[in-house]
Amino acid sequence: MSAVLEVSDLQTHFFTFGGTRVVKAVDHVSFSLAEGETLGLVGESGSGKTTTCLSIVGLLPRAGRIVGGRVLFEGEDLTRKSQRELRRIRGRRIAVILQDPMASLNPLFTIFRQVAEPAFFHQQLRGRTLRDRVQHLLRAVRIPSPEWRMREYPHQMSGGMRQRIVGAIALAGGPRLVIADEPTTNLDVTIQAQYLDLLKDIQRESGVALIFVTHNLGIVAKMCDRVAVMYAGTIVEQAAVRELFNAPRHPYTRALLGAVPKLGSKDPLASIAGQPPNLASLPAGCSFHPRCPEVLPRCASETPREIQDDHGGSARCWLVSDGIARS
Amino acid sequence: MASPVLEVHGLTKHFAVRAGLFGNHATVKAVDGVDFAILPGETLGLIGESGCGKTTTSRLILLQETPTAGTIAFDGRDIGRFDGAELMAYRRAVQVVFQDPFSSLSPRMRVHDIVAEPLEIHTRLDAPAIRRRVAEVLELVGLSPDVGALFPHEFSGGQRQRIAIARALVTETRLIVLDEPVSALDVSVRAQIMNQLEHLQRTLGVSYLFIGHDLATVAHISHRIAVMYLGRIVEMAESEALCARPLHPYTRALFAAALPSHPDDPPAERTIVGEVPSALAMPSGCRFHPRCPLAMPVCSDVEPAVTVRDGGGEVACHLY
Repeated sequence: MSAVLEVSDLQTHFFTFGGTRVVKAVDHVSFSLAEGETLGLVGESGSGKTTTCLSIVGLLPRAGRIVGGRVLFEGEDLTRKSQRELRRIRGRRIAVILQDPMASLNPLFTIFRQVAEPAFFHQQLRGRTLRDRVQHLLRAVRIPSPEWRMREYPHQMSGGMRQRIVGAIALAGGPRLVIADEPTTNLDVTIQAQYLDLLKDIQRESGVALIFVTHNLGIVAKMCDRVAVMYAGTIVEQAAVRELFNAPRHPYTRALLGAVPKLGSKDPLASIAGQPPNLASLPAGCSFHPRCPEVLPRCASETPREIQDDHGGSARCWLVSDGIARS
Repeated sequence: MASPVLEVHGLTKHFAVRAGLFGNHATVKAVDGVDFAILPGETLGLIGESGCGKTTTSRLILLQETPTAGTIAFDGRDIGRFDGAELMAYRRAVQVVFQDPFSSLSPRMRVHDIVAEPLEIHTRLDAPAIRRRVAEVLELVGLSPDVGALFPHEFSGGQRQRIAIARALVTETRLIVLDEPVSALDVSVRAQIMNQLEHLQRTLGVSYLFIGHDLATVAHISHRIAVMYLGRIVEMAESEALCARPLHPYTRALFAAALPSHPDDPPAERTIVGEVPSALAMPSGCRFHPRCPLAMPVCSDVEPAVTVRDGGGEVACHLY
């Protein structure tokens, strides 16, 4: 299986106050994604998961810059592409679904016009063919009676329907990679379940690779094949989803799993002391050490390296590297 | 059994709206005959999707809306008959914590003033006594009393939510309405706040009405759970009993839609289709019948009565 996306050693920094302050929002991040695979990018707010995604598609805000690493998409390095070239890739071969569907849709244009746009520009479809294509896409995301729904405007749709329409736009160009950034946060639970099932069905049919950005481990358990856990701009652990839930290696992953209430269990939650750190003033050594329940003396001064295991997993923790050194 | 702190009976709130171009009058039945009671030291979870009426219910309890019908009884007495002084005492005893601690705290007030405000309104304590009380509750919620001099922007989301809880507790509160208090917080901080709330309840004996949409969170903190759908409570039971055996098809659909806690959890079958209908076009008979996988002919005609669940609690469904 060939990799659709290969991110290696990606570093994205934000330069503020005229470049005098540097925030390392993404710090040596590496992962890869095969065809039809779903990677969960998990972390709390400010952990760098959204910045990682924006770096991939070249949509960083002005203060942000990729200062190192490569983003290989189908063999091409996206960090070396001009904005003009990236525009030909975004919307066609890479699609992005954002959290708030109302912000992704233009309230002044009909659904038809917005869903048709990628096919109009990228595939030069016109007239009848274009109309059929739009109806086909709307049907694929389970919009009832698309012939007349497509003449309506976003405000006439419910939240779940709007998010499905954003999904239809994402699929319009026939992408190889879809990046979904917390797409269900604003949806009700039953609608969320429907939407996640729909995404899975679409993926099964089209073999598209999916990056799922979320803070919800339940979504990861339901949707993902592999997981990368981010903390303070770095991936602290990466593993196949079962391995991560069965044998988490990084103390942060363990703590996250313990902090989520399980349905039907009244066991006290294992809380993590303290707050997620501010990226502008990270602690020395391992960024997690001030909150870590298993902290070692060296954690406060030395940053752990990423230790790879045999089946594509990795962890950045002195406990793990010591374990390997011992065995 | 202790007598309930708060008891609502037939609580109803209808809003008159104009629908359509020519202004046909219509009513939105936001809350439509809700009964429940909350005991001292108990947490009642109120769960449902957006538009089910859970927030309107909380606004009625907080006296931010006047009910169309029904009663709210506090310590066994109807608050509709309270005079001014008694109403003040009610407002003092029933407090609220909102979802978003970034908009519920004034950015221009220092933490001390935020927490002290209810005391200034409701008590005649002098300044040193107020300072002592504020320091005491800040410590109760796990903050240092020194933070009183700071402004809310100097705190993270979890700490702000602690400040909001301190403000809700400061008047020797009997009942706190918690309106999705952890949904806006980071995962690692959520557990802190949940544990803190449980700890406060054990030490102070305060009651909670915990409103949420995440089943696992609500089930974890609540003693009893009420499931709301389009203005009605469709099922109410002890938390364990409800999790072990949800009866109402809507409750079961919520459980089916809940996310797994492990990738090997068996996938739930898809039991529910469509979306919550508009409260303007309320379905006839049982409100849930258009989405119900088990709907029978009777469901579209007759509204089901509330019956006692076996194993305690109650359910409103023709199946039982």
